[in-house]
Amino acid sequence: MKVLMFGWEFPPHISGGLGTACYGLTRGLAKIDDLDIIFVVPKAYGDEDQTKMSLVGANSVTIQQVQSHVEKFKSQHTYLEVDSHLVPYNDPDEYYTFSSQDLYGKNKFIKVDKEGKLEFSGKYGTNLIEEIYKYAYVASTIASAHEHDVIHAHDWLCYPAGIAAKEVSGKPLVIHVHATDFDRSGGNVNPKVYEIEKKGMDAADKIIAVSNLTRNIVIEKYGQDPNKVVTVYNAVEPVSLEEKLKIKKGVKEKVVTFLGRITMQKGPEYFVEAAYQVLKRTNNVRFVMAGNGDMLEQMVDRVAQLGISDKFHFTGFLKGDDVFKMFLLSDVYVMPSVSEPFGISPLEAMQSNVPVIISKQSGVSEILTHAVKVDYWDIEAMADAIYGIIKYNALSEVFKEDGKEEVDNLKWANAAINVHDVYVSAIKLFKPLTKN
Amino acid sequence: MKALCLYFQIHQPLRLKRYRFFDIGNDHYYYDDYTNESIMRKIADECYLPANKIILELLKKYKGKFKISYSITGIALDQLEQYAPEVIDTFKELAKTGDVEFLAETYSHSLASLIHKEEFIYQVTVHSDRIEALFGVRPTVFRNTEMIYSDEIGEMVSKMGYQGILTEGAKHILGWKSPNYLYCNAINPKLKILMRNYKLSDDISFRFSSRGWKEWPLTTTKLVGWLNEMDDKEDLVNIFMDYETFGEHQKKESGIFEFLTYLPQEVILKSKYKFATPSELTSEFHPIAQAHVPNVISWADEERDLSAWLGNKLQDEAFRKLYALRDDVIAVNDERINEDWKFLQASDHFYYMCTKFASDGDVHSYFNPYSSPYDAFINYMNVLSDFQIRLNEIKDSLTVDPKELQNQILQKDELIAKYERELDEFKHC
Repeated sequence: MKVLMFGWEFPPHISGGLGTACYGLTRGLAKIDDLDIIFVVPKAYGDEDQTKMSLVGANSVTIQQVQSHVEKFKSQHTYLEVDSHLVPYNDPDEYYTFSSQDLYGKNKFIKVDKEGKLEFSGKYGTNLIEEIYKYAYVASTIASAHEHDVIHAHDWLCYPAGIAAKEVSGKPLVIHVHATDFDRSGGNVNPKVYEIEKKGMDAADKIIAVSNLTRNIVIEKYGQDPNKVVTVYNAVEPVSLEEKLKIKKGVKEKVVTFLGRITMQKGPEYFVEAAYQVLKRTNNVRFVMAGNGDMLEQMVDRVAQLGISDKFHFTGFLKGDDVFKMFLLSDVYVMPSVSEPFGISPLEAMQSNVPVIISKQSGVSEILTHAVKVDYWDIEAMADAIYGIIKYNALSEVFKEDGKEEVDNLKWANAAINVHDVYVSAIKLFKPLTKN
Repeated sequence: MKALCLYFQIHQPLRLKRYRFFDIGNDHYYYDDYTNESIMRKIADECYLPANKIILELLKKYKGKFKISYSITGIALDQLEQYAPEVIDTFKELAKTGDVEFLAETYSHSLASLIHKEEFIYQVTVHSDRIEALFGVRPTVFRNTEMIYSDEIGEMVSKMGYQGILTEGAKHILGWKSPNYLYCNAINPKLKILMRNYKLSDDISFRFSSRGWKEWPLTTTKLVGWLNEMDDKEDLVNIFMDYETFGEHQKKESGIFEFLTYLPQEVILKSKYKFATPSELTSEFHPIAQAHVPNVISWADEERDLSAWLGNKLQDEAFRKLYALRDDVIAVNDERINEDWKFLQASDHFYYMCTKFASDGDVHSYFNPYSSPYDAFINYMNVLSDFQIRLNEIKDSLTVDPKELQNQILQKDELIAKYERELDEFKHC
């Protein structure tokens, strides 16, 4: 079986959980016999791990007769422009620059370099919608050049690419919902993004959702047939502990960590309020908010206002090794997400022997047993749980040991088997697309 | 005869390095040596050295007729000593002429006068000691960080024995009053107040090279013309500014050094003014009135208040947290802790956390190492957290066992009793 897979990012060039999930899944799928993947990303840098599959960067595909096709393409798919603050993801590290400038300025033309290749930035920016459609256009070329049996598109950014590929090759399309705009926007859905998402789901032969929470949103908000939507939980790549043991903890106090984009979806303000409650009762604790996002300044202000800034620290965006360093320094990991389709980071924390507190509004809470689950808005319950884990060693020991065992049993290989089943059923069910 | 007082302020912040959460408890060095050295070196070469050279020549040329005054913060002296020691030598040469006066400051260019009287007094004393040791004369006139002044601060300074203080003379502070007189403190009239003539001072320090200004180009003739046009009854004109005006705020190419070179000649030959130092003004002139300044003022920004350093949540929080540590710093009395304590108090750290960027953004972004006030706050608080950890560690190690203390007292008592017995024996001899 040959799978043509469309993603938006791939390690090491990632800005969020999507890239990590794609990577883990492809590694899991590689363990299945007779399954090949062609993974397409908007921009291949060349240093990605390609041992498990061949990685095709859309920026290295030669395009012929660009002008005429683009016009035709644009008349088929509505060309959209999105206001910058509606952009779903920003590269957290470059948040400030991206919010103020457009990579290509107001250029409506699609840029092609000397060899006729499209130029992709491969980053989440203000010209995202343009990139999505450029990517979709390239996808059709790739689909005709690479033989495949099924198409797999990750998240809404790649749905148009999946649809385009399906139109060219006539193969079944599986789309993978890692998040919907209902999660990202807190309910104020951007109609343009919704439209892309809906079109993708409508065109799909099978839909994979990362949790039942997400599956329900797909069924209810996007009007999809429940039989078409399958839940496949994410997993986590095993890590070797030895290299991580070198870090020296500089502070004596217990460390409670929030790690993620500092945006409304992630519920950072509930973490700050819970920290304030805990600090009223014990001094033997420090809180760390790691990450970047449009709510960072608001959080710094609030921490200063509460007068806890000597015990509440900010790190900015953490890359690669620093994430593990942060976990290693942590005694509790808190994910107070308001709406989290899945949430891989608590699994990474548990791998590093860190007890986790997660919100009930996260997909990962459906599969975890050895984690404290609270409502994201329940600051007191969150403060209670934090206090309990840092104060009572027995409690944290139990969470550490059982949590580690639990998370070690969540393997991408198992998730891959479920995804493979979805492929098989999609191919079996497939009725070629009728054009009208 | 009327008097013209030229005073220049010299300060360079000691910038903190990027200090992350991971460094807390592990790394106890907080300063960005590279940036501090390169900026100090640059300013020494472009401003301090060439300006001092010109001023020395002028002092020698117009012996006794040209006078000038400076204040140099302790933090600037520390950095000069380390990165550009020859600058200190040139200031010593200036001091030798006898026509240069050095004023008192807070050592750390700190805001201690607003929060902690004892710390304030300590810092001013340490600074005056240092100036006396370097230049041979103990300052008699005080200049607070950023010209911060209020009636109460004035009273505090007066009690410390200083004859005069410098502050801002902007219109919305003085109202109908003119800055061109000597004033005295509202609580203790013995303390004289010198008010900055903000218009003439800013004409040179801010507007000198600004081509959009209707008076551009500013020449010495023009400035002396303005001086001569002033009301005959007015006594004096105080021109106070950053020394970095020469060669740094106003680049060499603007002609600022030529302006400096020819100013004394123009004033001496063509005006009704003589040059005077602040201490001469306080003894030669009579105050015209008391200055009532119940609320704290400064020379900064359009508001002339404290909002550049304090007032937003970030600044207030950092300021509170810093001074909450003072008792422990004194109790511990550790050499390295005392060093860092000095540097962490610099007002610059709070200035970088300023969130009002409306009209004064240019000045605020000048030499600012941070991309945002939030960035500045996060970095500073990380450093302060580490400082606090060190403080607590030393404090814990100092706690003495009460039994041990009891023993020591008993031993001392025995010794005293023994000496008393010996004394008695001698008396009876």
